[in-house]
Amino acid sequence: MSTAAPHGAHPAHPVREVGHELPHVPAGAAHEEAAPVGGRIWNRFTAGLAALVLVMCAVLAMRFIRGIGAVTNLNDGYPWGLWIAYDVVVGSALAAGGFTVAFLTYILNRGEYHPAVRPALLAALFGYVQAGMSVFFDIGRYWEFWHMFWPRYVQVNSVLFEVSLCITTYTLVLFVEFTPVILERFGWERPRQKINRVLFFFVAVGVLLPTMHQSSLGSLLVIFGPQVHPLYQTQLLPLLFLTSCIGMGLAAVVFEGTVSALAFKRHLEQELLGKLIRIGTTLGLAFLVLRIGDCARRGVLGLAFQPTALSLLFWIENVLFLVPALLVATERARRHPQRLFVAACLLAVGGLLYRRSAYLVAYETGAGFRYFPSMGELAVSVGLVAFEILAITIAIRLLPVLPKEPEAAESA
Amino acid sequence: MIEERFGMERRSFLKLAAGITAAIGLPITAVPAVARAMTSAPRPSVIWLHFQECTGCTESLLRAEHPTLEKLILELISLDYHETLMAAAGHQAELARRNAMAAHEGKYILVVEGALPTRDNGVYCQIGGKTAIELVKEVAADAAAVIAVGSCASWGGMPSTKPNPTGASSVAEVLGKPVLNIPGCPPNPYNLLTTVVHYLTLGELPALDDKGRPKFAYRRLIHDHCERRANFDAGRFAVQFGDEGHRQGFCLYKLGCKGPETYANCPSILFGDVGSGAWPVGCGHPCIGCTEKGIGFEKPIHALAELLSVTPPTQFARPAEPQGKGSTLATVGTVAAIGGLAVGIGAKIARNLGDHREHQEEERTGRPAKG
Repeated sequence: MSTAAPHGAHPAHPVREVGHELPHVPAGAAHEEAAPVGGRIWNRFTAGLAALVLVMCAVLAMRFIRGIGAVTNLNDGYPWGLWIAYDVVVGSALAAGGFTVAFLTYILNRGEYHPAVRPALLAALFGYVQAGMSVFFDIGRYWEFWHMFWPRYVQVNSVLFEVSLCITTYTLVLFVEFTPVILERFGWERPRQKINRVLFFFVAVGVLLPTMHQSSLGSLLVIFGPQVHPLYQTQLLPLLFLTSCIGMGLAAVVFEGTVSALAFKRHLEQELLGKLIRIGTTLGLAFLVLRIGDCARRGVLGLAFQPTALSLLFWIENVLFLVPALLVATERARRHPQRLFVAACLLAVGGLLYRRSAYLVAYETGAGFRYFPSMGELAVSVGLVAFEILAITIAIRLLPVLPKEPEAAESA
Repeated sequence: MIEERFGMERRSFLKLAAGITAAIGLPITAVPAVARAMTSAPRPSVIWLHFQECTGCTESLLRAEHPTLEKLILELISLDYHETLMAAAGHQAELARRNAMAAHEGKYILVVEGALPTRDNGVYCQIGGKTAIELVKEVAADAAAVIAVGSCASWGGMPSTKPNPTGASSVAEVLGKPVLNIPGCPPNPYNLLTTVVHYLTLGELPALDDKGRPKFAYRRLIHDHCERRANFDAGRFAVQFGDEGHRQGFCLYKLGCKGPETYANCPSILFGDVGSGAWPVGCGHPCIGCTEKGIGFEKPIHALAELLSVTPPTQFARPAEPQGKGSTLATVGTVAAIGGLAVGIGAKIARNLGDHREHQEEERTGRPAKG
């Protein structure tokens, strides 16, 4: 998207044929190799997703009319439930691929990751839209949502304020970053060139913002203090959340790359995905070292060997961060798309479990309080994921997101 | 001598003197002066008049415990006229009053219990052929001090409740000058006792507030030193008699407690000398504001009080906090189904990837081999 981008492409090791062309592409036109996939939008799969979205809308109507207590199992001991712990904390982490790939491509100037930028940005856009919508559903007085953008009402010392403002701003930035794709689709060249001229700024902000709020998601837990179990409560939480979100985000990019290749019967960008998952699993290992080292330093590692459900979860999560790194440790191993895919899945699930445990299981607010998501909460979370998949599918079919297939073999 | 006069040991007597000294707010060095005043000062003559009342003030006074207050009253002061307590009756009683007034002119203390009817020239309460108004004016004329005990004498009290058919009025209103008021229904006997001892010790009445009440007893809002105040601040309220919050001893504000707008020392001095909790709020009933004109016998007992010293938060927690619902078969099943579905899809994709790879390998065979 910026002029700097193409120079990083390494002609000696082209990932794809289009990689050769990158250095010669003029500024602002770097994405002409992407093309809409096309094909029919509505089939049994997308209709099923739409049905799930409708169920969510019905539940949400009840939530907005009759209040949050009518739909959820939230209580004063567990004021945050599924919608925050999964849809916001996990959802935004899985969408972290957007800023990670942008960072690799534009800041580290590695052109070989370029084909992954648009799909990653698209997934990030809808991932963050999902997170933002969840926050809106979860706010008790949702009609006062706008207060957090109104200087008179803001509380600048609040981590939650930082998270909400940062996520909202980043969603807007993601939209700006993605705008050239839409303009390209409709052939509006002049606005596209204008946007391209300032895009470097948005790319930079778009890399900065997620590091802020992803670490702040950990800071939120730091504030909970002793309410979070010592195995999970540490001053390192911001760093742990940042490293794990990069691993999860890249795992999600690999997952989506694999699934879209299968679903649209396209060429699998195996080397690219292999490189991405390697970075992801390395970050996962870094997370693991930080986490266990920190536990040892704080002298709470012994708690992990007590026969409790939480220590079992602790080790399951650790294994889920470790195994993917082993699966794709060698060059040979990374040539197996199955290994890449399984490694990505395990890493994503590991991050998901870690965040779920930190926010809901390790969180003990007082004797007697309990929480398990209600059917309504589950329906909304499932509906949001369905909405995300549906939106991404439609966007891929209609907009130039995925790299153009030389053989153009689409029929889904 | 003390043993004879007060029926108590010297040690206990000094304790009492120290307690009274503290209640008045005098320093500990004043204890000997108080003790001296109680033992050696000439016993002042007291004339106690009853008008529109229930004798509850006297009854509560009789039940003071340390020492038994009738002893203290009879020995400490010379109670020369008290319709409930004296043996005399009829003209003999009136004679005792006139004698006392003549013998102690300008030195006796007048205590008035009960409101005075003023409508129709005060015909609704007459003693010995004289109306209450005439009696009060007559006795007050030569009194050293006038003490109105109880809410009725202090500001009209229960008899003055609307529509007030007898025109019940306070002593101060009838005399047209401020008097010392010890309101309450009944007032705490120790507030009266302490006032009297203050007068005996220092020769003057204690400092009064703008309603003529001794500040040592009526300076603070009940709400501001109530034992249940922490519950108010935490938003824990009894909402109905016998509900969970009521059983837990939560704040009675929502049941109409008038503590937030009533000045009295009930929470700290308590009643009946039986230990902690022995006062209306401590027993679980909201304060009715009996010491406060315009509140006691005027506001409905369960109407919300006006908050004079604090503003409550806009939202309060519930007395019994719901602790949430756990998992049900349906929700666990749904979560398991979603998880199972995800694993199934993942496995299927992984299997398909094998085919995809073979397909791709076949394509690749035609191309230059990679490193």
